[in-house]
Amino acid sequence: MAKIVVDVMLKPEILDPQGNAVASALPRLGFNFAKSVRQGKRFEIEVEGEPTPAQVAEVERAAEVLLSNPVIENFVVRVEK
Amino acid sequence: MRVGVITFPGTLDDRDAARAVVAGGAEAVSLWHGDADLKSVDAVVLPGGFSYGDYLRCGAISRFAPVMELVIEAANKGMPVLGICNGFQVLCESHLLPGALTRNSDLHFLCRDQEIEVVNNQTAWTSSFKQGEKIVIPLKNGEGSFQCDDQTLAMLEGEGRIIARYVGENPNGSRNLIAGITNEKGNVVGLMPHPEHAINELTGPSAQGLGFFTSILNAMVK
Repeated sequence: MAKIVVDVMLKPEILDPQGNAVASALPRLGFNFAKSVRQGKRFEIEVEGEPTPAQVAEVERAAEVLLSNPVIENFVVRVEK
Repeated sequence: MRVGVITFPGTLDDRDAARAVVAGGAEAVSLWHGDADLKSVDAVVLPGGFSYGDYLRCGAISRFAPVMELVIEAANKGMPVLGICNGFQVLCESHLLPGALTRNSDLHFLCRDQEIEVVNNQTAWTSSFKQGEKIVIPLKNGEGSFQCDDQTLAMLEGEGRIIARYVGENPNGSRNLIAGITNEKGNVVGLMPHPEHAINELTGPSAQGLGFFTSILNAMVK
């Protein structure tokens, strides 16, 4: 079933201590691929039936008001099959 | 004078905040997050803790509690509001104060006595202090790093809206050592460290936190 997905990430200029901690843990485990790591949040929202454009627009509004804090975070809304 | 102290689910410091209000010389009035009534209070304290479990972001869900709608409306009309720690986070999420509080730069939850300098004694909550007065009060938080964009930071600095800075090493990565800020009118103050835990030398590092609670009486007398 399709769902509406909201990805929330700290803005690039905001320090991300959690991402930094992950980045420094990776090489300790032998993973040497990461130049940097940023950590974010993902919301998966189910609706009845296939998401309509109106519902996606509502989620966009909710993402701006509640799911993200526009002062420090950016978000992307999309429909995932 | 009646000072409301709001309890959200997960608030921890409401008892100490109410005690500090009384020690400051006012009457403490308990307010519940679900109340749609401010019970005729003259000012409000948003205490520390983990309201709504800090789910989503610290303060993000509290901001939409019924009582907060009334606090936001009253604050915009000039009612004094002090947000301590989690209360500061709620005020930022409510857009009563600019910026946001994020994870401490070293990821550790900090709990220690912290020296701060009061750099603006012209607000409703800081008038009992001397300009530049240094005080020691507890700092205890996991997400106390004050962040904002460069433009907001320049505005806060330019308008004297930073009310307190950390002294010495930066404990949590806050921009420009910011420990507390105020709004344009000086009635809304957010502070990361805890003055309500420092009103008596028997139980706190000093009694210097009391100044925040006596300041509010000065504001009312004026």
